[in-house]
Amino acid sequence: MNSNNQNGSQNSAVIEVTDLKVRYGDKSALNGVSFDVYQNEILGIIGPVQSGKTTLLKVINRTLEFTPNTTVEGSVKLNGEDISTISDVYGLRRRIGMVQPLPVGLPLSIYDNVAFAPRTAGIRSKSELDEIVERCLQQAALWEEVKDRLKALGTKLSGGQQQRLTIARALSHQPDILCLDEFSIAVDPVTTMRIEEVLKTLRTKMTILLVTNLVQQAKRLANRTAFFLNGDLIEIDTTDVIFSENPSEQATYDYVNGAFG
Amino acid sequence: MNILRKKSTAHLPFSETVIELFIRLCGISSILFVFGIFFFVFREGAGFLFGGLDVGQFLTNVEWQPTSLNNKRYGALALIVGTFSVTLLAMCIAVPFGLGAAIFVSEFCSPKLRETFKIIIELLAAIPSVVWGFIGLTVMNQLIITVFNAPIGLTMLNGSILLALMSVPIIVSIAEDALKAVPDSYREAAEALGATRWQVVYRVLLPAAKNGLLAAVLLGAARSIGETMAVLMATGHSVNMPSSPLSWIRTLTATIAAELGEVARGGEHYQVLFIIGILLFTITFVVNLIADLAIKGIRQES
Repeated sequence: MNSNNQNGSQNSAVIEVTDLKVRYGDKSALNGVSFDVYQNEILGIIGPVQSGKTTLLKVINRTLEFTPNTTVEGSVKLNGEDISTISDVYGLRRRIGMVQPLPVGLPLSIYDNVAFAPRTAGIRSKSELDEIVERCLQQAALWEEVKDRLKALGTKLSGGQQQRLTIARALSHQPDILCLDEFSIAVDPVTTMRIEEVLKTLRTKMTILLVTNLVQQAKRLANRTAFFLNGDLIEIDTTDVIFSENPSEQATYDYVNGAFG
Repeated sequence: MNILRKKSTAHLPFSETVIELFIRLCGISSILFVFGIFFFVFREGAGFLFGGLDVGQFLTNVEWQPTSLNNKRYGALALIVGTFSVTLLAMCIAVPFGLGAAIFVSEFCSPKLRETFKIIIELLAAIPSVVWGFIGLTVMNQLIITVFNAPIGLTMLNGSILLALMSVPIIVSIAEDALKAVPDSYREAAEALGATRWQVVYRVLLPAAKNGLLAAVLLGAARSIGETMAVLMATGHSVNMPSSPLSWIRTLTATIAAELGEVARGGEHYQVLFIIGILLFTITFVVNLIADLAIKGIRQES
């Protein structure tokens, strides 16, 4: 974990996680992890199930608060500001785009799905909304397929299209950070590759946290990769090192090479 | 697949066949009972309905004088208007409160409070309608006289408040189920987009649960239309075209309840009461049909 800056990254830390502990009742989900996420990087987060990856994302956008009986210790700073002291939690969530594992097309039209967050933020002007919807759908590589039926229900789209719709929706409030939680679970390989291309272009505009159960996906996309196991951060380093023959932890090597997980 | 299926039915044990037959009978019996009730009600009223009763007058005349010796009149319009007006007013009270309570219980209150709430709401549903009628006769009567300075408190408003209190538990429990049936992933997705609790409710949950909410409202209305004892006791039970919520009225159901015990079996009056029964049946049928069509319409749209 002392390897955070070994890569000599000049970028500033967007997210600083310090000794983060999360418990669900008696069960510990994260046992004190610390790491930084830098501006405009894709940080791949890998690890088997129950390793605390999804919990981590929920802490960052403070949606964990909806789960009863959780305790959170330690601090998470977003651009230097401790998120637990932010009073406008809705504003915080709008700074973070979140893509869930299974695509959740809200039971609204395609247009309304993408316009949802801008509207909750108070944007009313039709032309402004039109522009946001078109821009986000184009960024998510979905515009060409749906531009003639924006009024159709979002839930009528295919799984892969819905996942791109959720990405468009996550981009609609122009977040600084985009979190993707195993986005490719319900998506075919072709669409996965298209979304990966999208992420590569988005990297120039924002910071991306990519939780994935496909280690090869982290290898393809991530600048750095963090390996979580049973609530501990085993290792975080540049993706080249994590996937090399000699990462600093044996468990990392074993997991990346498919020995378990 | 087909081959497998055939094979398995051929080897069904005897008990399986018996149970299947029993379940089939249970299902069919519910249809038989409904048709049976309709058949007997219709049989009692049919003779007069097709021979003697002026149906036009029945539906448009306000004079209800079934026991008059020299001027018998069977005009049920006042009763029909009475039933609909008291139900409509009851729904105006019950729907906002019922849906509001359902949203509160399902989305805003703590799990502990929710259990308490549900128990109390179920308790409300368990109060017999004659007790509601008694409350109307004593408490509400006085209250309306005092508040509105009315000569008498046994009015449409009194009945409507009672009916609202009786249908709120139904609306709350069905609407709450409908809201709970909306997948949590919708809530999480909307919350992750920065929506407040209330924005989640009206932008996402209400559209997603609209079928169930409509069903809740219509079942509440059906409860109000069918209610007899409370409205009989609390609305004055007097044939009258209502002009305001403080008018006294009489409903279709209360008329049957009050008069059926005292008529000569098989006579005209007796048969007219069964025709009112047929009318109530038709009203319920139409309400259910509208509900069905509305729900289907919504489904097709989505």
